[in-house]
Formats: sequence, C-alpha cells, structure tokens
Amino acid sequence: MITQDVWHALDGLTDPEIPVVTLREMGIIREVEHVADNAVVVVITPTYSGCPAMEQIHDDICSTVQALGLEVQVRTQLAPAWTTDWMTEAAKDKLKAYGIAPPNRKCGAASEQTSVIHFMRKPLQAEAAVECPRCGSTHTFESSHFGSTACKALYKCLDCQEPFDYFKPY
Amino acid sequence: MAHVDYVLHLADCAIVLGQRNAEWCGHGPILEEDIAMANNSLDLIGQARMLYQYAATLKNDGATEDSLAYFRDAQDFKNYTLLELPHHGALVGYAVDNRDYAVTIVRNFLYSAFMALVWEKLQASQDEHIAAIAAKSLKEVRYHLRHSHDWLVRFGDGTEESHARAQAALNHLMPYTQEFWTTSAFESAAAKSGVGVDPSQLKADWESMVQHTLQEATLTLPSSDGFVTTGKQGAHSEHLSFLLGEMQSLARAHPEGVW
Repeated sequence: MITQDVWHALDGLTDPEIPVVTLREMGIIREVEHVADNAVVVVITPTYSGCPAMEQIHDDICSTVQALGLEVQVRTQLAPAWTTDWMTEAAKDKLKAYGIAPPNRKCGAASEQTSVIHFMRKPLQAEAAVECPRCGSTHTFESSHFGSTACKALYKCLDCQEPFDYFKPY
Repeated sequence: MAHVDYVLHLADCAIVLGQRNAEWCGHGPILEEDIAMANNSLDLIGQARMLYQYAATLKNDGATEDSLAYFRDAQDFKNYTLLELPHHGALVGYAVDNRDYAVTIVRNFLYSAFMALVWEKLQASQDEHIAAIAAKSLKEVRYHLRHSHDWLVRFGDGTEESHARAQAALNHLMPYTQEFWTTSAFESAAAKSGVGVDPSQLKADWESMVQHTLQEATLTLPSSDGFVTTGKQGAHSEHLSFLLGEMQSLARAHPEGVW
C-alpha cells in the first residue's frame, strides 16, 4: 500500500532537463522498497555518468517522499546500466510532441553489442535515419554529435528546415 | 593496495583528460565543438567521480572523492602522460592561445579507441563494481570514439592545412601511446586477480583500429618509437602540475567548503 502511494507521488516528478516526461517513464526510478513501517528506499539508475540533473533528481525524490510523512533513502544502482531502451512508448511520444526526436533504435544489453572492432568498421552511414519531430520527414542530417545536454545530438530537417534535438540511443 | 591503485589509475586518467578537454569550454574552434568538448569532459569527470567514490570506499581511511581528486599531488596521479599534455605540438611554449584542435582530436581518438577496448573487457571484471562502471563508461567512450574518428577523417582527408596539422599531431602524440602497453605492477596484480585487464593484450586490436582509421583519413602511421613515458607510475611531464594547479586551487583555497 505504502509503495503504491509512493509510486503515485513519484509519478508527478519530471526530468529536470525535459519537463514533459516523468522520471519513471525515463526508466530512472527503478524500484521502491518498503523497508520499515514508515521508511522506503527508492532505487535510481543514473543516466549519463556526468549528468548534472542527477543531484536535482535525488533532491526531488527526497522531498516528494518526505511530504508523504515517510523517511526516505535514495540508493543509486549502477548495474544494469541505464539505457534508452527502458524509456516507455508514452515517453517517446511526449518527447516527440515536445520537439525532441526519440531514440530510433534499441541498444540491447552491452553483451549483445558488436565488439568495438566491428563497431569501427561499420560504414558511417549505418545509423538509421532520424525522423523530424515537426514534419515527420526522414530527410534530416546530424549537424553536431552533441547537443544541449549530454544525452542529445543536434539535427536539422532538410525539408521543413527545423533544427531539432535527437535523444541518442544509449 | 594494487586494487585501489588500479581504480585510482582509471579515475586519474578520466579526470585529467576531462580537465584538459574542458579547457575548450568557451574557446572551441566552432560552437558545436565547444559544446562537444564540454560534453566529453562531463562524461569523463562523471566516470572519474564514480571511480573516486569507489576508490574511497576501498581505502576506507576517511578518503572521499574530493580528497582523492583535489588533495593529492602530481606524483600521486597515475594517469598516462599522453592525457596531461597541452593541446599543442612539441616545441611550442605553454601558451593557451596556441591550442591546436588537431592535437585534441588525435589524442581523443587514440585514447578513446584504447579505452573502448579496456572498458569492453572490464565489463567482465571479477569486481562487480568495476564491471558496472565499465558497462556505463563503454557507452560513453564509444560515442567519443565516433566523434573523434569522424573529425580525424575530416581533418586528414580535408584541406592541405588540416591534413598537415592532423599528421603533425599524430607524429607528436604517437610515441606517448607506448605507455599503454607497459604493464605496471598494479595492472599485473589486477589482471592476475581478474579485477583488471592486462593492457598489453589489447595492442593488436588497437593497432588494427588505428590503422583502419588512418587509412580512411589518408594519414600515415608514424613510428611510435622513442622515450617511453611513465605517467601511470607517478613520474609525469611538467604539464601535470600546471593542470592540477588550476584544477585544485579552489578546493585547496577553501578546504571542506560546501554549497
């Protein structure tokens, strides 16, 4: 019961950098454990190693759970490593509506990925086309490997001319 | 002790290159690359934090991520000498306005290719904490490799000027990569216990990646002969102290300061 209430409250928390998706939809909040009468542990998995939003996320979770009158501890769990594969379909739709193209492919577990030697030999055009979140055209190009945050790259649509962020598969 | 040293070695490498690349913040050759280097540094400093936090737990003597990053001196750092060098070629003074982006890209390429192999192997480390950090860092270093690879090809196969500068950067930096293949005592011990990887076993794969990219970039593989640097043993070039001086000054001026 308590875990349900906590999940319900946590569902109100959005990503500090992308305020349209919740932390749960992003796959950042992994578990809520009811450890004692009035104490819970919230397990989170950090996104990028240096993501500056993680401190904010930690504080947001603490204050939200404390507002329910509960004691809370936030535990950071590194493995399995966070991946954009955990992002829900609802989150991807919201990103798109917000103007950010969602990841266009699954990454799979690291163990399923090709070794780096093969990775290097793939032709550079091997990445699937990224769809413009504004007009839906796949006639787009990567104008910069890095965008406004570590998790995004900068693209431009050659049809509607819109520059947009692309959430990189990670 | 070898275990802690191995983790500190990985952490020191990440923070030193992270600090070095962050020098481009506000000074990038173009806006997109300014942002790229800031993001690259963010990943590296994030990796360093996870590793320092873990090293502090292993040491269990009151050390913290901050004390390990800010209150150790140059001779305590175990990073490769390659990573502390300024962003310009040999025989140029320590002039910040003389940074050459070709040096930045070549170094990032040579090191990212190496670390992609290291993290790939460390995913299977007997130390599950190192394995977890490796799985995360691998995703990031692969992206750094893609970024530096693309720019290296663009420079090498670009204009006469960009080709010449990329080749000069390669000639300058290649000898420093020899240090990758010398196995330190802490690396041997870590490899033996299944915690770490013996870097000398990665040499053939690394060389094949480098050769493949240089061919694509129409660049010539220079000789890597010459003095073998010893940064990971704690004997550094003169450049590390300057780098640390800048990085550590705030923490040392206000020890235990918080906000």
